[in-house]
Amino acid sequence: MVTLSADTRPIIGRGPPLGARFFFLAVISIAAMVLDQRGNYLDTARMWMGAALHPLNAIVDAPHSAWNWLTGSFADRARLREENAELSEALRVARIKLLEYESLVEENRRLRELRNASQGIGERTLIAEIMNVSVDAFRHRLRINKGASDGVFEGQPVIDAFGIVGQVMRLDLFSSQVILITDAEHATPVQVNRNGIRSIAMGTGKLGSLSLPFMTSESDIRVGDLLVSSGLDGIFPAGYPVATITKVERNPTDTFATVEAKPLALLDRDREVLLLWPEVPERTADSPVGEGVSSQRTEDLGQNQGTSDAEQPN
Amino acid sequence: MAVSDARINSLRVTLTVVLALMFTIVELPDSVEKARPELLLLLVIYWSLSAPRIAGLTFAWICGLAVDVLTGPILGQHALAFLLVAFLTHKFQLRMRVFPIWHQTLTVLMLLALYEFLVFWIDGIIGPAITAWTRWLPVLTSTLLWPVLVAVLDTWNRRSR
Repeated sequence: MVTLSADTRPIIGRGPPLGARFFFLAVISIAAMVLDQRGNYLDTARMWMGAALHPLNAIVDAPHSAWNWLTGSFADRARLREENAELSEALRVARIKLLEYESLVEENRRLRELRNASQGIGERTLIAEIMNVSVDAFRHRLRINKGASDGVFEGQPVIDAFGIVGQVMRLDLFSSQVILITDAEHATPVQVNRNGIRSIAMGTGKLGSLSLPFMTSESDIRVGDLLVSSGLDGIFPAGYPVATITKVERNPTDTFATVEAKPLALLDRDREVLLLWPEVPERTADSPVGEGVSSQRTEDLGQNQGTSDAEQPN
Repeated sequence: MAVSDARINSLRVTLTVVLALMFTIVELPDSVEKARPELLLLLVIYWSLSAPRIAGLTFAWICGLAVDVLTGPILGQHALAFLLVAFLTHKFQLRMRVFPIWHQTLTVLMLLALYEFLVFWIDGIIGPAITAWTRWLPVLTSTLLWPVLVAVLDTWNRRSR
């Protein structure tokens, strides 16, 4: 039995009747839902409320980050040396690959210039940490520690070292929610890397599985094929790896084949992800052809930039 | 006397609500993540019964809105569900307060089921709803938590009175 707290005021005659207050607040809630769902009219309000509640996120995340910091600062020398050696090795390999990449970027830029293609290739990036807070147990959402104050925008592509992770869905001032490509509400336009067949990879709600429901039985697709983003949605830039095909089942009586794919990004193991700012087309057209533009961009990798040029339409 | 009591009580309510909000977003192991009890909703029911003057409908609504901001797919979903539960609790508070504990727990079970159903329904309106049976687990775990919560908070309230 619940104890009633000491309160000496009379029960009757206190403010508006219960039903009226209920009705009033219910109408506000429903109005909020309609506004939020139909036109994102409440983004600013949500952003500020998110900022007000951000301390909660930070506190819940704190033990984890503190632990990481502790283990980091008390790591022993031998392990650090080993790690250092490994990393320099990896960096050397990456540098060599990058040399090749630079020339390809230049070549690509020239070819695109020739074709007057509208698509940019250089991108600006920012590293974001995944916060250790749970967003929704039944949906594939993450919270990252970068928000509107870092120039993040809604619909911004999020990748990791292996492929596309998802996109920014809800924006707070200091953090944001990311929807993963495996969420049942997410679809990614993809292209088979081998032959350029375009399709859509839908999230299944299961981590580690995407489905391609619009592949006809006759389409040329095999297990092991690489799927890259096609860029047709205007959200994900073209050419980023998304998944590999794990299952193709053709039933002659069906129009569509059952095709499943496995995301390449380490969706459940990532600690850090990369936010992308796809380049706006106009700028690519303006920039002179061979003036070391790309090398400047690679130096910018991973650095936080001002918000002024970050808020570009995607 | 009454004023300072009210102040202590509102402090207590705020403290428990902040803790419950943190519990809403703290990372749990995958195996129990889906069965996370709705601690905040239980607190809203509890405080609506034991301190109805402090924990009114607006209080419940703001709690729900906070849940929406932290986790929800849309603003107003949990706010509405919290509001409905608080409204029913306030409506029947005089009766619920004197129920024996098992009877009260059953009432809370119904309130929780109603809450979960409303959230589920709105989910279905705004997008593909989650139809997995595990989404009803929180109703069960929260119900089991109710007697414990009442025992703990009642002890706390009585001792510091």
